[in-house]
Amino acid sequence: MELLEVKNLSKHYKSFDLKDISFTLSKGYIMGYVGANGSGKTTTLNLITGIIKAAEGETYIDGMSKEEDTAAYRDKIGYVGDESYFPDHFKIRHIRRVLKDFYSTFSEEKFDGFVREWSLPENKTLKDFSRGMKVMLMFASVLSRETKLLVLDEATNGLDPVMRKEILRLMQEYVMDGERSVIFSTHILSDLEQIADYIYFIHEGRTVLYDAKDELIENFLLVKGESAKIPPALKRELIGLEENAYGFEAVLPSDKAELLGSAFLFEKPTIDQIVIHYIMSAGNQARAK
Amino acid sequence: MKIIISNQSELPIYAQIREQLKEQILNGQIPEGETLPSIRQLAKEVGVSVITTTRAYSELEAEGFIATMQGKGSVVLPTDNKLLREQYLLRIEEGLSTAIGTAKTMGMSREELTDIFNNLLET
Repeated sequence: MELLEVKNLSKHYKSFDLKDISFTLSKGYIMGYVGANGSGKTTTLNLITGIIKAAEGETYIDGMSKEEDTAAYRDKIGYVGDESYFPDHFKIRHIRRVLKDFYSTFSEEKFDGFVREWSLPENKTLKDFSRGMKVMLMFASVLSRETKLLVLDEATNGLDPVMRKEILRLMQEYVMDGERSVIFSTHILSDLEQIADYIYFIHEGRTVLYDAKDELIENFLLVKGESAKIPPALKRELIGLEENAYGFEAVLPSDKAELLGSAFLFEKPTIDQIVIHYIMSAGNQARAK
Repeated sequence: MKIIISNQSELPIYAQIREQLKEQILNGQIPEGETLPSIRQLAKEVGVSVITTTRAYSELEAEGFIATMQGKGSVVLPTDNKLLREQYLLRIEEGLSTAIGTAKTMGMSREELTDIFNNLLET
């Protein structure tokens, strides 16, 4: 059963186009939405949450479109971005009151539980919160009401490793019952890579790769070796060839592995490495034109 | 039951989980009839994706180590001796092939190799 359906989303700006983004995310799964800065990640997520309107395309959460019932649609979403959306002069008690007024499913008990668990200061204004505290406060506010989809836009940016780990745990706990899903955007995967079920990779507003993460890692090899030894047949298949004075590194589709022979070193890539070489290859092609 | 994931391993994570569970089922650390944690529970505990643990379980199921029943979870099946023997045979063959391969690369004679083999058997 699909929790999130995104169909042919497009959005046009003067200097940037998001083109034909389509995917589905089943209940109980986590998707990493990956790309360089300015590739269209935030635009896509804002189209999903309904902050901005698409030129073309539709989104459905739990079978419901935004147009069908905007309020109910938005209630299904828990959004955490990389900036706090509460006013700076607010204290925790103000936020508690706002959430109570706004959301019928808000649980004060849960909220206070998170505030205690993460030792968020009750008597400071948000202005004096650290970046980490602000992020955890946003998580407390979305996790203390009933939602179906967690949308995280670069939410772990600038957080220390311990907090990143805590957020990983929260994401996994969220999808645990198999009824809810998470989509998160990031330009660095590292630790997040391990828990993502699917990866959607966009570059300059267009889809580059979209697959189960395990498949992606199996479908590519990271190849290294001496540049001079690359036969032309292999060179054609290498993605994002990066050469330095002593050797090269590139990504190769696993089904082309027979071209490698024994002259090269190859290993299992990380998603970051696949992404980096794809972005490089886009750059190489642009230069060649 | 224990599972340790290595990021340095050439084995994909699902295969690491599959092999470690298999090992513990074969040597009896996870006894027959035991219910394994759910796919989602395991994914959360180990900190890997649900797709990864799903694949590990479905391969263990295909190889006859566990059975998954709706609502009951995944249960460890009896490992009959034949299966156990096959698994061990496979491992012995793998080990020996590696040794033979190394011997061939350095051009070692059959006699020399069997000597090493016999000597090791004595110790």
